[in-house]
Amino acid sequence: MSTAELDAIYLTIALATITTVLLLILGTPLAWWLSRQKAGWPAWVEALVAMPLILPPTVLGFYLLLLFAPDTALGSAWERLTGTRLAFSFSALVMGSVIYSLPFVVQPLQTAFQRVPESLLHAAATLGARPLDQFRSIVLPLTRRSFITAASLGFAHTVGEFGVVLMIGGNIPGETQVLSIALYDYVESLQFAEAHRLAAGLVVFSMALLFLLYRRDRRDSWRMRA
Amino acid sequence: MNDLTLQLDCRGQDSFRLQLDCQLPGSGVTAIYGSSGGGKSTLLDCIAGLRRPEPGGLIRFQGEDWLSPDLFVPPWLRRVAYVFQDSRLFPHLDVKQNLEYASRRCPANSGTSMQQVVRWLALGELLNHNPAELSAGQRQRVAIGRALLSAPKLLLLDEPLANLDHAASQQCLACLQHLARELALPMLYVSHDIEEVSQLADHLVLLEQGRIVDQGSLLDLCGRLDSRLSHEEQAAAILLGTIGTHDPDFALTELEVEGETLLLGSRQQPAGQQRRLRVPARDVSVCRQRPLDSSILNILPVTLTQLEEDGDARVLLRLALGSQYLLARITRKSANRLQLKVGDPLFAQIKSAALLMESADHNE
Repeated sequence: MSTAELDAIYLTIALATITTVLLLILGTPLAWWLSRQKAGWPAWVEALVAMPLILPPTVLGFYLLLLFAPDTALGSAWERLTGTRLAFSFSALVMGSVIYSLPFVVQPLQTAFQRVPESLLHAAATLGARPLDQFRSIVLPLTRRSFITAASLGFAHTVGEFGVVLMIGGNIPGETQVLSIALYDYVESLQFAEAHRLAAGLVVFSMALLFLLYRRDRRDSWRMRA
Repeated sequence: MNDLTLQLDCRGQDSFRLQLDCQLPGSGVTAIYGSSGGGKSTLLDCIAGLRRPEPGGLIRFQGEDWLSPDLFVPPWLRRVAYVFQDSRLFPHLDVKQNLEYASRRCPANSGTSMQQVVRWLALGELLNHNPAELSAGQRQRVAIGRALLSAPKLLLLDEPLANLDHAASQQCLACLQHLARELALPMLYVSHDIEEVSQLADHLVLLEQGRIVDQGSLLDLCGRLDSRLSHEEQAAAILLGTIGTHDPDFALTELEVEGETLLLGSRQQPAGQQRRLRVPARDVSVCRQRPLDSSILNILPVTLTQLEEDGDARVLLRLALGSQYLLARITRKSANRLQLKVGDPLFAQIKSAALLMESADHNE
């Protein structure tokens, strides 16, 4: 395997890992908040979170590209703080991936949180548990499996990202050239053998991850009541 | 000062409104009795802090404000334990961990110890089981134990026996009676079952459509004609008596009430103990002369103190037996024929009466 390919693999894993960690940190409170809302305006937030599911990635990438440009508030603030450009950087990829994969993490968590009965939290509260304690001692253990699902889906979806990366990351080897882009390059330059290697690798990886996920789901589904 | 003061206005679904301005005793067992939909659970939720009433309310318990116009103490700081109708045991924890969940979160060295709770509620066998493996009665006992281990200042019970079969509910009731005596822990007990309430409560609050219609001591309220209780189908007076000797030949136990002796079918009971006797109004009849050849064993000399029509066909009588009262429900025709007047000396024939369970020997 060439250095460029190894670089692309490393970059992809790094991007997916960082994105997943950030998504769990940001997505958990967001999913919790959404799960406790009644119908009404929070549906707008839910719609916003779900947008990447249906928007062509290029739409998202296009707007992010405009947002990350050096002459915008975000772009210039970033440059002042870090001394580097945001556009076409790894950091820009991370930001784009977080937004792009957000629904894959938030939705499973939100569904799981909604299944935790308010009544159990009330019981915990009367036994002296503060809200954070209630979340840690009741909600987390009851939804642990959904965190694994959410993290796996977020990770896998980030690995499979193409359109957004192409728009905001460009194709800089070692900086923004992830696996899907490297594959695209091979195909563009008619290097089909190399393209096969990457494509088949991604197929096997995705298949294996999803298999593990679904098998576990079937084996011991979440039991709330006897 | 040691009371529970409530000034609440709480809106529920469909224009339901709970409106209270009252003082409840801050000790003993207070039963909140009323038909379902009367706001009983809403009231407990407000006291626990799980529901916010309209602004301007007040909840003060033993001099401590839990709710006032500029204060809302959250549930986890109120130290109010709550036993729910549906147990609400944590499904991911076994029985022991459920109990520890409470004890770990209460101030150190306060309240009852785990061993005590396990013994009182007979939980020893259950400790390593998951809540899903328990019967409804066992789950409820664990829930009561968990509540006690949070070292509460006040225990709320919302129809804790509603989902239990008769045997399990009697066992739970015995546990609760025992606890009420042992712990000096004030309890608010919500129920729509007057027999449960008669066994357990010291004080009774009648709640109908979000308002308190009456409150007072259980014995007093059960023996009064102007309370709504006496007009219910299963109306019954409660007498307080002392256990006398037991006659094993006929399987009858004596109960001394106001100098009179009643004979009750029951197992042997320790003599000298105080018991409550529940005498349903429909099982009491009256006559002017003491009947000599009646099959009814318990015939007591009483004085008619009050008489009130109960529907078209029936009349309710309040009969004084010393300082206690019996209720009798007879037909209006009989009352006319006997020409009953207040002050008449009468004989009350008690066809059936139930000795209420005593807490001291519930382990038998």
